[in-house]
Amino acid sequence: MADIHSIIGTKNKKGQTYTDTWKMMNEAPRTPSFYTGSEVIKEAIRRASCDVMIAYPITPQSEAAALIGELFAEGYIGDYFRGESEFAVMSQCAGAAFGGARVFTTTAGPGTMRAMENFPMWSGARLPIQMIVTCRGINSPLSIQPDTLEIAYLLNTGMLVWHAETAQDFFDWILKGYIVSEEPDVHLPLALCCDGFFVTHTKDVVNLTPADMCLPPYDPYRSPVPCMDMECPPVRMMRDPFVMKSNYISYATHASWQQEIWAAVERSRKHTIHWLNGLIDTENTDADIVIVASGTAVSQGREAIRMLEDEGVRCGLVKVKALRPWPEEEIRQATKNAKHIFVPEFNVTGWLAKEIRATVPNSQRVHAGPHVCGGMTMPPEIIVSEIKTALGMKTFSMAGRGS
Amino acid sequence: MSDYRVLPGPEHFLPPAAASMGIRLPNPGEAHINGVITSEDKAYEEAARQFLMAKVPTIFPGPLVLWAWNEKAAKKATAVRHLFNTLKECVQPGQKPMLIPMPDYRPKYPKINPEVEINPNHPNLTIWHNKIDCCMFIGVHCHQANLSLKIIRGGTACYTIAMCAQAGHEDAMLSFRDASVEKLMKLADTVKRLKGTVQPRLTSAKNGASS
Repeated sequence: MADIHSIIGTKNKKGQTYTDTWKMMNEAPRTPSFYTGSEVIKEAIRRASCDVMIAYPITPQSEAAALIGELFAEGYIGDYFRGESEFAVMSQCAGAAFGGARVFTTTAGPGTMRAMENFPMWSGARLPIQMIVTCRGINSPLSIQPDTLEIAYLLNTGMLVWHAETAQDFFDWILKGYIVSEEPDVHLPLALCCDGFFVTHTKDVVNLTPADMCLPPYDPYRSPVPCMDMECPPVRMMRDPFVMKSNYISYATHASWQQEIWAAVERSRKHTIHWLNGLIDTENTDADIVIVASGTAVSQGREAIRMLEDEGVRCGLVKVKALRPWPEEEIRQATKNAKHIFVPEFNVTGWLAKEIRATVPNSQRVHAGPHVCGGMTMPPEIIVSEIKTALGMKTFSMAGRGS
Repeated sequence: MSDYRVLPGPEHFLPPAAASMGIRLPNPGEAHINGVITSEDKAYEEAARQFLMAKVPTIFPGPLVLWAWNEKAAKKATAVRHLFNTLKECVQPGQKPMLIPMPDYRPKYPKINPEVEINPNHPNLTIWHNKIDCCMFIGVHCHQANLSLKIIRGGTACYTIAMCAQAGHEDAMLSFRDASVEKLMKLADTVKRLKGTVQPRLTSAKNGASS
C-alpha cells in the first residue's frame, strides 16, 4: 500500500481525484442540490472510495441500498450484494473489513435489532465499518414509521454513534465519519443514525462537494490489529480462544480488551470535535430554558423556540451531534445556566433524557419530554405546550384540536 | 486536564484504561510522560534515564518490526538492534539488558516460555519471570500494545515505554508517537550521551518488577 500522501492528487478508475479530506469538505466548492436523504446517501458514497457495500432490504433504508446498487453498476464500488438477512449482512461486513476493505451498510429498526450481536463484535475486532441506521419502530405491532428507540440499544455496543438532524449532516458526516472511524487510535465502527422517513424520504437542499473528488482510500496497514490474521485474536475466535479458558489471565485479558474498546471511543472525542466542529451545537445557552435534542427533534425544537419567542419566552438550544463519544462536559457547560432543560424525543423510553439526567448537576431540571413514538410526528406546538405547562403558563391541549 | 497519572504499578486488580481517566494522546511532535504531554526531547531524556536506571532494561519488538515485510520494517529492525547494542554498551555491571520478541499475539497454551517471548494476553508472566523493571514496546499493533501495557501496569512495577508508529499509547508511562528509524537512533544517541550519569537501581529496595 502506497503512503496516503502519495495517493492524494492521483485519480481512481472512475476519474475521481483522491483529495485531502479537509480540503474536500471545507474548501472545495459546493453545489446546492435538491435531493431526498436516500439520494444524499448515494451521493456521499459516490465520493467515499468504498470497497464493499452489503445490505438487506428493510424500510426505510431500502431505497438508499438500492441506489448504491446503481453506484456499483457504474463502477464506483468494488463489490455489492444483498445478504441473506441483517445478521448475515453484518457478519459479511465484518469479513470484508477483516480483509482490509472500506465497508458500508445500511439498516433500520428490526434489522438493527436482528443484527445486534454483530455490533459489539465489530467494535471488539476494531472494524471501522460505517452503518447507516434510518431509525424506525422496532416493536410489535409492526410499525415502519420513524422512532428512535433502536439508538438506545446501540449506545453500549462500543460503536461510535452519531445522530444526524438533516440531509446535509448526513452527506457531510458519512464522509467525515470514515476519517474519524479509521484513525488508528480509534478504529471503531460508526453507527450514523437519522430519523427514518423524516430525513430519508423528504427532499432538502444539500450542498454537495464536487463529484470528481473522493476520499483517500482506507489504509488497512494503519489498523491497530493485524489485517486478516486468522491465527490471532480477534479473528481466531473459536480455536483456543483465550476467552474460553477459565482462569484469571483469560478473564483479565478479556476485561482489558473491553476497556480498550471504550478507551478508543474516548480517543475518538478529539477527532470528532475536529471534524464535526464540536460534539454539540448551541444557541442562546444563557437562557433560563434550554432544549436539548438530537436528530430531527432538534428541528422541531428550533421551531418551538421561534414560536415561544413570539410569546416573549426565550429558550436556548443544544443539538447533540455525537452520542458516542458522549459530550458530557459540553452538555454540562451548555446547560449550566438553565433552570429548565427539556428533552423532546421520538421514542417511548426517553433514552436521551436519561443520559442527560446522568450528566448534569441538579438533574431535577431535566424534563423528559415531550415524547412521541410509533411514527407520530412531533408538532412544535407540543414542545411549546410542555414548556409553558412547566412554567405555569396557560396552554392548550393538542389532543383537543378539531373537536 | 486529568489528575490521573500513568505510573508503575501494581495499580489495581483491574486498572482503568488511561484514556478513560482523561489521559490524552500527544499531537505530532509531542510525547507524554506519566500521562502529561511533553516535548519529544524531554521524552528522549527520560526514556534513556529509565533504561539506564533499570536492573533489567528490556526491548519487546513486535511483529511489525520482527518480520521484514517491507523495507521500512527491515530498517526499523536494524535500528532496534542498534538501540539494544547501545544499551548493552552503556549499562553498568549487574544490569542485564534483554531483547525479548513478541512474535505474534496468539495466547500461549498450555504455558508460555517467558525466557524467549512475551505475549500481549499475559505479558506479566514474562515481566515477572525475568524481573524486568523497564521495558519498551516497538512494532506491536496498537490494540495489542494497549492491552499489554494495561495488564503490565495492573500487576507489575515495570516502567513501560511505547515507541509507537501511530498515535501513541496512554497506557504506557512514557510514549512516543510516529516512531521512525530516526527516533530510534536519537534514543540510542541519548542513551549513549547519558552513559555514566545515571545511578542504576541495583541496590534499591524496590527493584523488582513483580509484586
